[in-house]
Amino acid sequence: MTREDKATLLSVDGLGIAFGGLKAVNDVSFAVKPGEIVSIIGPNGAGKTTLFNMISGIYQPSMGRVKLSGEDVTGVEPHLLARRGMSRTFQNLQIFQSMTVLENAVTGYHLSEKGPILADLLSLPGSRRRARAAEEGARKLLARVGLDRAAEREAGNLSYGSLKRLEIARALALNPKILLLDEPAAGCNAVETEEIDHLIAEVAASGVAILLVEHDMKMVMRISNHIVVLDHGEKIAEGDPATVSQNPAVIAAYLGADAEVSHADG
Amino acid sequence: MMKISPKTATLLVLTALVAITPFFFPSGYYYRVGALIFVNGLAVTGIVILTGYAGQISLGHAGFAGIGGYACALAPVHWGIHPALAVVLGAAISAGLAYLVGRPILRLKGYYLGVATLGFGILVSMVLNNERDLTRGPDGIEVPELGLRAVLKDWGLNLSNGEFWYYFCGLFLIVGAWIALNLHSSPAGRALRALHGSEVAARTVGIDVPRMKLQAFVISAVYASVSGSLLALQNKFITPDVAGFMHSIEMVTMAVLGGVGSVLGAIFGAGILTLLPQVLTVFAEYEQMVLGLVMVLVMIFLREGLLPSILRRLRGRGE
Ligand SMILES: Nc1ncnc2c1ncn2[C@@H]1O[C@H](COP(=O)(O)OP(=O)(O)O)[C@@H](O)[C@H]1O
Ligand SMILES: [Mg+2]
Repeated sequence: MTREDKATLLSVDGLGIAFGGLKAVNDVSFAVKPGEIVSIIGPNGAGKTTLFNMISGIYQPSMGRVKLSGEDVTGVEPHLLARRGMSRTFQNLQIFQSMTVLENAVTGYHLSEKGPILADLLSLPGSRRRARAAEEGARKLLARVGLDRAAEREAGNLSYGSLKRLEIARALALNPKILLLDEPAAGCNAVETEEIDHLIAEVAASGVAILLVEHDMKMVMRISNHIVVLDHGEKIAEGDPATVSQNPAVIAAYLGADAEVSHADG
Repeated sequence: MMKISPKTATLLVLTALVAITPFFFPSGYYYRVGALIFVNGLAVTGIVILTGYAGQISLGHAGFAGIGGYACALAPVHWGIHPALAVVLGAAISAGLAYLVGRPILRLKGYYLGVATLGFGILVSMVLNNERDLTRGPDGIEVPELGLRAVLKDWGLNLSNGEFWYYFCGLFLIVGAWIALNLHSSPAGRALRALHGSEVAARTVGIDVPRMKLQAFVISAVYASVSGSLLALQNKFITPDVAGFMHSIEMVTMAVLGGVGSVLGAIFGAGILTLLPQVLTVFAEYEQMVLGLVMVLVMIFLREGLLPSILRRLRGRGE
């Protein structure tokens, strides 16, 4: 079964990587369309983050292709993928700790705010205008993720859940075509999780494709259009939430690990 | 009341220090000490950009100071260039060399820049020591008069040599600090501090990490070069020591002592370590030991550096 067609935004084809002898991800394929939420699920160590790292150019895959808007972008550097409309968050937080919350979000506007370095050194009007525009945008995004009141605080002092949302704000600042979220709700309480859930749905509704890794199965089953299941680096199932949660191989993989899929019924 | 920005505050403090301290000078000699602090402060401000903002370490920045200094000694004599233009020429050569050294190195991950710059500094130092026909070797070489003081005198501003260099270097320091502070809160400065915080996150928001690091390295090399030029011009003499390893270490220690992330802090560090040998003659004898000790103590007890630690302490009490 292939879901790939003209409308496909991201397609991953036979992607794989090995560390030493270990095949962390092996021959994984799937496709994502604009406005669609595709979730990657699987037990810990299944290779979800590694898959994200290959798609976003941080790891060089040892096999397979990644295509973005029909163009081959396998192994393209992350900063060039950012220009092509890909942005992401990290499971293990990657926050600019000693910068303020606002500055962290503004950094997401790097591509639109950067200019000649001489203008920055001399604080020329153009440089200030670009910085101001980025700051205005960042404040709006912080309000959207509920962090506007923490804008001036040093990011390192925020709670884990807040930093997760800050990463989402920073990633949204790129105005991406596709957003990769690696466990965005981890460490968040029920209320925060619901807010993130709404935010993701909202972003997808605006036409952005979402690739999601999340352990909260209730959330995954509720918001995903399509689910890809990984186990030991291999794709063991794929389909809509109802189909996937009934799949015996999926249930076995989860029962073998930590029975998390049972949440889906709740 | 409008809150004044940290940038304005820093510039006000610096300007006030430059303008007011001469009233407390016991003798004309202190103008010279002041000018020396400003020259070192300028080089250290470059280190703030490279190390404090971008998180990269150079162990050979004195090499650029050497190039700036010897440009002022050699270019006027050999090519008839005005010493003021020689400062610009030195800065351009330093920027070019920084680009050539930094470009391949900064594509690699890790602390290769430290090793490469160490080698670069040693190389410059060796050339200055050994090319006797050109540089006259370890004994040093005279540097032509800048001539600006005479111009000012014609305009009716009569400054002593000490006074002139004090205010002239003070002006350079203030402009240098202004530029570094502009950078801090600009798009490029934010990108530098971001890649310092997390390279992987910086890359995913579109920051071209090697390119930004290279820009920081080149800019900081220009600071060191101008600092070396000012030193040569005011002393009217220069020796290869300006490019020596000890001078490189001095720059880094000054910055780290005062606070490598803060322009004012780093200049404060330059002030302390420049003043110390003047008041404590033993310091001069044990300079290497003292620098090492300062570095170790700061790393253990004052990770942010002296000034930020003091400010934090004061603020903590205020609340
Ligand atoms: N850089 C790396 N070097 C070596 N092994 C790695 C590296 N990154 C991931 N792995 C291994 O790949 C496997 C998949 O890890 P990961 O992608 O983090 O799983 P998940 O995100 O699904 O929990 C694990 O066995 C992990 O130890
Ligand atoms: Mg993971």
